[in-house]
Amino acid sequence: MNTEWFIVLSALLFATGAIGILLRRSPMVILLCLELMLNAGNLALVAFSRMVGNEQGQVFAVIVMVVAACEVVVGLGLIVAIFRRRLPLNVDDLRELRG
Amino acid sequence: MEAVLFFIAAIGALGGAVGVIAMRNPFYSVLALIVHLFSLAALFLLLTAAFVAAAQVVVYAGAVMVLYVFVVAYVGGGGESAWEPIPGQRFLAPLLGIALFVELSVAVLSSALLALGTDGPDVKAGFGDPAAIGRLLLEKFLLPFEASSILLLLAAVGAIVLAARRREETA
Repeated sequence: MNTEWFIVLSALLFATGAIGILLRRSPMVILLCLELMLNAGNLALVAFSRMVGNEQGQVFAVIVMVVAACEVVVGLGLIVAIFRRRLPLNVDDLRELRG
Repeated sequence: MEAVLFFIAAIGALGGAVGVIAMRNPFYSVLALIVHLFSLAALFLLLTAAFVAAAQVVVYAGAVMVLYVFVVAYVGGGGESAWEPIPGQRFLAPLLGIALFVELSVAVLSSALLALGTDGPDVKAGFGDPAAIGRLLLEKFLLPFEASSILLLLAAVGAIVLAARRREETA
């Protein structure tokens, strides 16, 4: 398969994740959509690494996975903390940090 | 054969992604994301990235998704209100997303990278296997490797601090 196909698919997945972030209001689903976007980036990295014929892009993808795991852990910790304080799990109601 | 596999995996990945944003219940969104991750692992295998595909299934579809399922079960999948704070959000969001996709596609397809239209060079048998990735991580990329391990430690400690019950709450 041409590299182009993989890159266009990754752009499509990235745009889908972006639509989800703009559309949904539950912080959990927004985190899932962030995962979609990170994974789309990973697909592009691996596709380009195959195109160049060098494994270093795959190492980059592994590091992105680590960062994504950290993001999930902190995000889910925040969601649990919000839930414990009986606050609504809705990003439009949680606007205290907005300027 | 390769093209057939690519399209099957691409449809799976895209279907999973659409499922994540279309499902009302967060639990089903998580299940759709697992479908998406497995399809992506198949795509990584097509790109001869065996280690990344294995890590995707074990770390992502295994460990991270279990974490999600636990939190969804703990918090409960409350339905979202139909109230829209921004008028026309439901129509505007897909429009902006499609604009983003068109923009990215134009950027890719009109780039001067001639190799984009090829399959990439022929690679030797061990390309992207755990031994090759491990050698790169421990020789060329030792510093990012150690930095990411510190980041994981920080994230674990941070999550405990964030989610732990406060003393005065329990007392």
